[in-house]
Amino acid sequence: MVLNCRHVWEYISGYLDNTLDDQTRHDVENHLEHCEICSAVLDSTRNILILTADDRVFELPIGYSERLHARLAKAMLESPSAEASDADLPFTPDGSSDG
Amino acid sequence: MISAILAGDTETFHELIRPYERSVYLMALSMLHNEAEAEDVAQEAFIKAYRHLSRFRSEARFSTWLIAIALNEARARLRRKQPGLTDSIDDPEGSVVPAQLTDWREIPSQSLERKEVRSLIQHALATLPLPYREVFVLREIEERNVKETAETLGITIASVKMRLHRARLMLQKQLAPQLSDIEPKGRRRFPWF
Repeated sequence: MVLNCRHVWEYISGYLDNTLDDQTRHDVENHLEHCEICSAVLDSTRNILILTADDRVFELPIGYSERLHARLAKAMLESPSAEASDADLPFTPDGSSDG
Repeated sequence: MISAILAGDTETFHELIRPYERSVYLMALSMLHNEAEAEDVAQEAFIKAYRHLSRFRSEARFSTWLIAIALNEARARLRRKQPGLTDSIDDPEGSVVPAQLTDWREIPSQSLERKEVRSLIQHALATLPLPYREVFVLREIEERNVKETAETLGITIASVKMRLHRARLMLQKQLAPQLSDIEPKGRRRFPWF
């Protein structure tokens, strides 16, 4: 099947995640071979995903870990048991809602 | 470790959470865009996790549980600041049209040493609509798989895939022209000049 550019854009994520079926992947690659714009869309998207996932984009505040553990230690002193009431926990441990 | 903590060895909790300090903070920061608030939410999330550790079930990943707590804390904080905020999204029919550049050249990771490049990326992420941002951060930054992301957010796997696809193209649309401008072609092609 011959794909146009808009079709290919819809498959960009599937292509990057390698979740397209063999025929669709083949069709996308055929299009990319001769379409400079779609090749650039694919390359730039892949490049931007690598950049955004880089640890340097977001840095932890200086002293964050120390302040966290100090506050935690204080909370533990106030409530030494790790089995306190769960009344205000908004969801169960597997992520589903408590309602 | 969890059994030891529940048996009274509370100090072990400090060690248990060390590998997850960064990801919990980033989840909060990506939603609140304020370092002080994100830090406060991260602290609250860890304290809540400690107090409710007995409810953690071993079949879930501890990191996923922690991130879900941080997500809920951040959402609650957002709702207090913006009472009209909604978690839902009307997934639009229309597609995101990406930036169409014919002269794209790879932006090397070393570019992230430049504050202006980091700022562009932070700003682009911050401007994603919240439901897209949550999915993007969980999948691309926290490296959760599709199923975990769906469970954490309480949405379907199809919604995760659709939102992630749109978030990626939205970021490409915004960032590709900006990054192209900030990294002149000549400098990348001839870095020794």
